[in-house]
Amino acid sequence: MTTSRKAPAGTRDAATAPAQVAPSAGKGRRGAGPGAPRVVTSAERLRRLLALVPYVASRKVVSLSETATTFGMTERELIDDLNLAWCMELKEPQPYCPIDLSYEGGEIVIAQAEALDRPLRLAADEANALLMALRMLADVTGERGSGDEPSRQSPVSSVIAKLEAAAAGLTAPSSRLAIVGVADDRALAERLQAALAGGSRVRMRYYVPGRDEATERDVDPMRLLAVDGRTYLEGWCHRAEGVRLFRLDRVLELSVLDEAARVPESAEPVDVDAGLFRPSPTDVLVVIDVSAAARWVAEYFPCESVTPAPEGPQGWTRVSLRTPDTGWVRRMALRIGGNGRVISPPQLRAEVRESARAALAHY
Amino acid sequence: MSKRRTERLLSIVVLLLSARRFLTADEIRQAVIGYPEQDEAFKRMFERDKDELRELGIPLETRSAGLLEEEPGYRIARQDYELPEIRLTAEEASVLGIAARVWRSAELSGAAVGAMLKLTAAGLTTDADEDGLVRPVGIEPRLTTQEPAFGPLWEAVRDRRPVSFAYRGAGRTDATTRELEPWGVVNRRGNWYVAGHDRAAEPPGTRVFRMSRIDGPVKITGPARSITVPPGADVLELVKDWGNARGREGARQATLRVRAGAGLGLRRSAASVSPSVGDPGWEIVTSRFTDVKWFAEYVASFGADAVVIEPPDLRDEVITTLKGALQ
Repeated sequence: MTTSRKAPAGTRDAATAPAQVAPSAGKGRRGAGPGAPRVVTSAERLRRLLALVPYVASRKVVSLSETATTFGMTERELIDDLNLAWCMELKEPQPYCPIDLSYEGGEIVIAQAEALDRPLRLAADEANALLMALRMLADVTGERGSGDEPSRQSPVSSVIAKLEAAAAGLTAPSSRLAIVGVADDRALAERLQAALAGGSRVRMRYYVPGRDEATERDVDPMRLLAVDGRTYLEGWCHRAEGVRLFRLDRVLELSVLDEAARVPESAEPVDVDAGLFRPSPTDVLVVIDVSAAARWVAEYFPCESVTPAPEGPQGWTRVSLRTPDTGWVRRMALRIGGNGRVISPPQLRAEVRESARAALAHY
Repeated sequence: MSKRRTERLLSIVVLLLSARRFLTADEIRQAVIGYPEQDEAFKRMFERDKDELRELGIPLETRSAGLLEEEPGYRIARQDYELPEIRLTAEEASVLGIAARVWRSAELSGAAVGAMLKLTAAGLTTDADEDGLVRPVGIEPRLTTQEPAFGPLWEAVRDRRPVSFAYRGAGRTDATTRELEPWGVVNRRGNWYVAGHDRAAEPPGTRVFRMSRIDGPVKITGPARSITVPPGADVLELVKDWGNARGREGARQATLRVRAGAGLGLRRSAASVSPSVGDPGWEIVTSRFTDVKWFAEYVASFGADAVVIEPPDLRDEVITTLKGALQ
């Protein structure tokens, strides 16, 4: 059907009637923000169109609202895109419109998509982002990537194989460009997964390095998290009477109890994307000056601010952080010795001195 | 303006995908709506359009075309353009859904979303709720990239380009400039590293850098594909070796007095623990160490709960550290 089309088809007027374009902003999670008109560059819009046309074409019929949600756009924006595709015209060899579609009654149908019925291949970044994540998943769950264990085809390794095949020979996303090393606590992770699946309470001895303590806790598991190279159990801790994260490499002993886990309704999972450890404003504010040799302090703990120290020796750094428990700061101050100085609270400064004096008494 | 540009770029893609031969710039100009009459203006606009299409990853091919084969011609080969067929089971699709969320708030989240959109456009469905999504693997993975150096280093690794940056090594006051041929980026124990060949090192050689210690911007210093990654280079092993270096070679033994019930960290890595004879409330712990200073500082963090018996240099170092804390 290569007919020239100068006037809009009747279907479009129906679909753009105000009642049908009720704003659905905010539905799409990828959207920049509900209601706010976004500035989309022509490249971004083209990228979206090159996915939108095959998306509809591969589904025969799909609703405006579902499509808008998938693409993280408002229905208004979606209709603009559909109109753009439908209006596109080529002049040679004879004038024709390559794409024919309608969206009557809120349902999109593509009658003709010319050469655009398949999406564009994956870009190197796109393939790599998924493959890195999948390999991390394989490591965390104890599965190998494709090829290593042909006998055991898990969903993770089969997806890796299929995605590698789909990306092969294109921009050559070398499989080893970026890697996430995963801590070796798989056996423990598997036992916790079993406890989660069975809804069992666990009892653990857990090491708290800041206080140099092993604590005994009963925990009702909520989920396992693998954040960067570390694995955590999130659960309702009966000792703390709250939701806590436990690093698996600090679990000294674990037993799965013959008792059902009962996570209180009020238990709120940690918002992983906002950061695992967020200090509370009610925590103690600790200010400590460190020399270059002890600058690592600022890398290891979430700090409120890191600035050049306003007083004391040249090249020192002032680190401010909030913590509910100053015990670990005292230990850290002992560790960095003359390379650090607690500025406030003054009481903590006195504690550090007292501890150092007590330790020196043994020599 | 932007809308017309999008329309024009889309027309070029459709035109060149459907073309059975290479089309010259002039033929493209005839077929596509929106190019200016004036030759110079057209040339400039067409150049920009080509760049933009290539940047999106559209495989725009060039070959001599025209009657006398004297002009460049353009085409997009369908087999290079299209995403190959990929069939996933429902379980595999949810695994992919989890993988896409790994980057949720990090550097490559846009790329992951873009990939999923293409796969969804090819017919893939991952319409499970959040809980349903996690079930196939039972674990929720995340990657974070707080280091500003991650973005440029990742691009350099991907495009095989050399970089330079200022680096502040552990314990150093001033930053030194590094000229790196980056081979790969690695996350280990929550930290991002880049490994490669450092041209500025004395002598030049393989080095590992922790991204959080990179000071200021990372500069790209050479064209794409201008560096070679040695076959067999294993960046994960390099980073592991770097991290373990002080724990391996020439380990020495230390003997400590540790208060009973305290010094758990020391006990966890101890070679042996035994009662301290005639010394109630204390135990003897032996440990291996390599870096005297590092180990002395660690022992000092236990305060009055751990006392070095030998060797003497370790003992002196602990005393120095504690005296420093006394200031």
